[in-house]
Amino acid sequence: MNDRIKKLRDQSLRAINTFSAERAMLVTEFYKSGEAEKHSIPVQRALCFKYIVANKTICINEGELIVGERGPAPKATSTYPEVSLHTLPDLEILDSRPKVSFKVDDKTRKIYEDTIIPFWKGRTQRDRIFENLSDEWKQAYEAGVFTEFQEQRAPGHTVAGKKVFQKGMLDFKAEVEKALTNLDFKNDPRAIERREELKAMAIAADALILFANRYADELEKLALTEKNSVRKEELVEMARICRKVPANAPSTFHEMLQHYWFIHLGIITELNPWDSFNPGRLDQHLYPFYKRELDLGVLTQDYAVELLHAFWVKFNNHPSPPKMGVTAQESNTYTDFSLINLGGVKEDGSDAVNDLTYVLLDVIEEMRILQPSSMVQISKKNPDRFVKRAVRIAKTGFGQPSFFNTDAIVQQLLSQGKSIVDARNGGASGCVETGAFGTEAYILTGYFNLNKILEITLNNGVDPVTGKTIGLKTGNPEDFKSFDELYAAYEKQLNHFIDIKIEGNNIIEKMWGTYMPVPLLSLITEDCIKNGKDYNAGGARYNTSYIQGVGLGSITDNLTVIRKHVFEDKTISMADLLKALKSNFDGYDQLRHDVIYDTPKWGNSDDYADRHAVMVFNTFYNAVNGRPTSRGGAFRINMLPTTSHVYFGSKIGAMPDGRLAKEPLSEGISPVQGADRKGPTGVIQSAAKIDHIKTGGTLLNQKFSPSFFNGDESLDKIVSLVRSYFKMDGHHIQFNVVNADTLRDAQKHPEKYQDLIVRVAGYSDYFNDLGEALQNEIIRRTEHEAF
Amino acid sequence: MSKMSGLVFDIRHFSVHDGPGIRSTVFFKGCPLRCAWCHNPESQLFEPETCVRNHRIDDKQFNVTEVIGKQMEVAEVMNEVAKDIAIFDESKGGVTFSGGEPLSQPEFLRALLIACNVQEIHAAVDTCGFASKSVVESVIPHANLFLFDLKLANEHEHIKYTGVSNKVILENLDLIINSGSRVIIRIPLIQDITDTDINLKALRSIVQKYPSIERVDLLPFHNIAKSKYERFGKEYTLANSDAYDSSKAEQIKDYFKEIAPIVTLGG
Repeated sequence: MNDRIKKLRDQSLRAINTFSAERAMLVTEFYKSGEAEKHSIPVQRALCFKYIVANKTICINEGELIVGERGPAPKATSTYPEVSLHTLPDLEILDSRPKVSFKVDDKTRKIYEDTIIPFWKGRTQRDRIFENLSDEWKQAYEAGVFTEFQEQRAPGHTVAGKKVFQKGMLDFKAEVEKALTNLDFKNDPRAIERREELKAMAIAADALILFANRYADELEKLALTEKNSVRKEELVEMARICRKVPANAPSTFHEMLQHYWFIHLGIITELNPWDSFNPGRLDQHLYPFYKRELDLGVLTQDYAVELLHAFWVKFNNHPSPPKMGVTAQESNTYTDFSLINLGGVKEDGSDAVNDLTYVLLDVIEEMRILQPSSMVQISKKNPDRFVKRAVRIAKTGFGQPSFFNTDAIVQQLLSQGKSIVDARNGGASGCVETGAFGTEAYILTGYFNLNKILEITLNNGVDPVTGKTIGLKTGNPEDFKSFDELYAAYEKQLNHFIDIKIEGNNIIEKMWGTYMPVPLLSLITEDCIKNGKDYNAGGARYNTSYIQGVGLGSITDNLTVIRKHVFEDKTISMADLLKALKSNFDGYDQLRHDVIYDTPKWGNSDDYADRHAVMVFNTFYNAVNGRPTSRGGAFRINMLPTTSHVYFGSKIGAMPDGRLAKEPLSEGISPVQGADRKGPTGVIQSAAKIDHIKTGGTLLNQKFSPSFFNGDESLDKIVSLVRSYFKMDGHHIQFNVVNADTLRDAQKHPEKYQDLIVRVAGYSDYFNDLGEALQNEIIRRTEHEAF
Repeated sequence: MSKMSGLVFDIRHFSVHDGPGIRSTVFFKGCPLRCAWCHNPESQLFEPETCVRNHRIDDKQFNVTEVIGKQMEVAEVMNEVAKDIAIFDESKGGVTFSGGEPLSQPEFLRALLIACNVQEIHAAVDTCGFASKSVVESVIPHANLFLFDLKLANEHEHIKYTGVSNKVILENLDLIINSGSRVIIRIPLIQDITDTDINLKALRSIVQKYPSIERVDLLPFHNIAKSKYERFGKEYTLANSDAYDSSKAEQIKDYFKEIAPIVTLGG
């Protein structure tokens, strides 16, 4: 990386995360102005977006090649009071909390106190949502049975499809105009709604062009006074680009990166969607430009890399917006989950790996920053050397790239009813979530605590942590005569809570569609223009709502303990087990020893244990899959935790597998920390026993000590391990390569390890930013090395 | 599948140092040798043994008696091994029969090899070479690869440190190589025992005699077995030895590289 990039990267790494009231202030001004009331909700939202981008600070950092910041400066992070309002105590917590803090200055506090809070209190989307949810829902939510993604961030999982890279805002606008003239007010009773949505999209397109022109103005101004002739030329060229894109389709490599970046900023300014926004299949989109310009000699390899480096830094300048409450615990990270996809297959099913794929892998290795995150899509069509190159980067231990199975993703998408072309243009985003890029609104709605359900079942509907009855009376477990009776009770409780969750989702999703449309995101997502319908209201070609199961390893081991010790070997009575759990195993050392050491565990390819994973998986799948959503799509499942396995663990007492109260649960579909004793082949065989094709993504973490990767031959063996897992339809695997001593030292001396990035679960994070419980869990995970 | 059974003390998955690809290793129990540096003391006796294992949970300790060595039928072993078939296929790996000494349970070994042959599973035999000629001959047609240990070239030294003569071992090596079987030679590097100039020179000239030897694995001594000896209440003469000097190991590697196409450290 050259000096310029070093400086920009350094600036990004050093920038302090701050809480910026700029956007909140502009939104408030707009809604106070009286302008909003004159228009329909979609048009209001579009005009609000336009007001923000017309008035926000223009920030151009020294030496930049790609311009544009959401906030007034790098890591000055916007807030969204119309969605969820931070209180003054929230600001104090954000400012002072040791992990994932956002500094709040006095001026900002004052703006919040005097203007933002008085205006928005009681009228945010979050207020609306909580007012409409049932007590049953709230009780389950508070007990940690499930979380809710959409209570303080907008529905997300938006990935740019190829159309975004091939068209400009003016092209989109022309499509909108055409759709407007085609409206049939005589025969289509929804025509008026469509008109308002389409009008809003056209305004959003204009707004984004306006935003880019403001950058062009500023760049031209800077060029006038620039003394350095090389930089002057750069500024003139950048100004030209900002005049051209995103208004028009990009026609050069540089234009395309800047084009995407304006759209990215637009999407994350309009609202705060989960997983920010994502360029998706970057090597595919960029390759034709890269190749053409390289062949013509108008772009050098070095400059292409420099532009990519500059592009990378822009992502890192944009932390995920400051969260509050449960959401801050379930997703406790600055990462905003842009996941760049490399490799995979082309539309025609052929190998998509190209020269630029390898260049991008170099960029990932060299930049070593938190955001954007990166992954490789691996199809059977892709060459082994591509996988090997990715393994070689993964072994350096910062958790990127992660490995995904394209052939499984395509099958998943096909089985959900997508066309083969849309499926092949898809991939994974966020942590591990499968989606058809550019054509699907696939929205994560919340984590579901598979183990809390067992705790409630073992207490006949009562949550023992609070003593409240929140579940069904499925019987006193001491009366169960067989494991099957116990499992039938578990199944009933699970279905009960899924019903509550889905009922809540139906309300919440409807409210997003009604009150919080996203005209810009709709503009670029197919087929929102054609349908005249918002992304949040089901306008996309495909609409999916996911519920994410958490703690598969833990629930499997818990059920295995009960089957073996209580019902089959009868070495522990149900009464004793319940007493042991109640006392958090105090005075039950021998019992705890036996359940930990004398029970088959998930992750060792042992059918005795693994069948319980398959049972729970199928129960969960059957409870959720295919049920209709209020956006006209279907509910589906995936298996990933972000950091919710720590939060969910904190809401559960001691469990039959020997886990103590409040300890973290297992993450993703990985084994309980330390339970896999047969090495990675045992882990992948267990993991492959659930049917990954029925999901929209599963997450498997595999730890390795750095020493394992010594020598070229061991890299080949990791390649075959990945290939084997993918042959068995495994969806995703990632490697944590760092030794426990390093991590322990980092815990003691965080100051020495500010750059230490570790794989958490579906994403990487700075070790220092993780809570202590999660740090300890990762150390335990790392220590356990069978080879 | 054969009803034959044998004494096995472990089946380990994801072996990456016992032959090509990713392998599963079946450890036979019982060995005719008593190498001073043996890092699998639980493999030596031809009968099940008990040991005391210490389980820890936080600061609490639990002593649990464990039986090492289990009589297993061929089908039982193959079921466990078959779990890894997709991984063998992908990595060009397979099964390694190790020990203890697999040739000391020849009928069981032969039945397992045949079970692998019929399923086209790559099968390797990791042996010290100490067995009768007829046993070796019965195994040769069914093994895809031999991992053959060479320890000490001098017969007296061999008797002193392993308890047996190396005469039959060297004859068997000759037999195996002349049969056209694939062979990897494995040499443990034990300070002042196997790594003397004179021994290394003699071992090198044995390797040099057979151009078909495709590879030499040098296995530097590591002191992982100390706690195992304690667990089994066995005496360990090398208990206080240090891990092998890595720069010395590199030198020896270079020395063998002059005559063998591939030389590795640590297998």
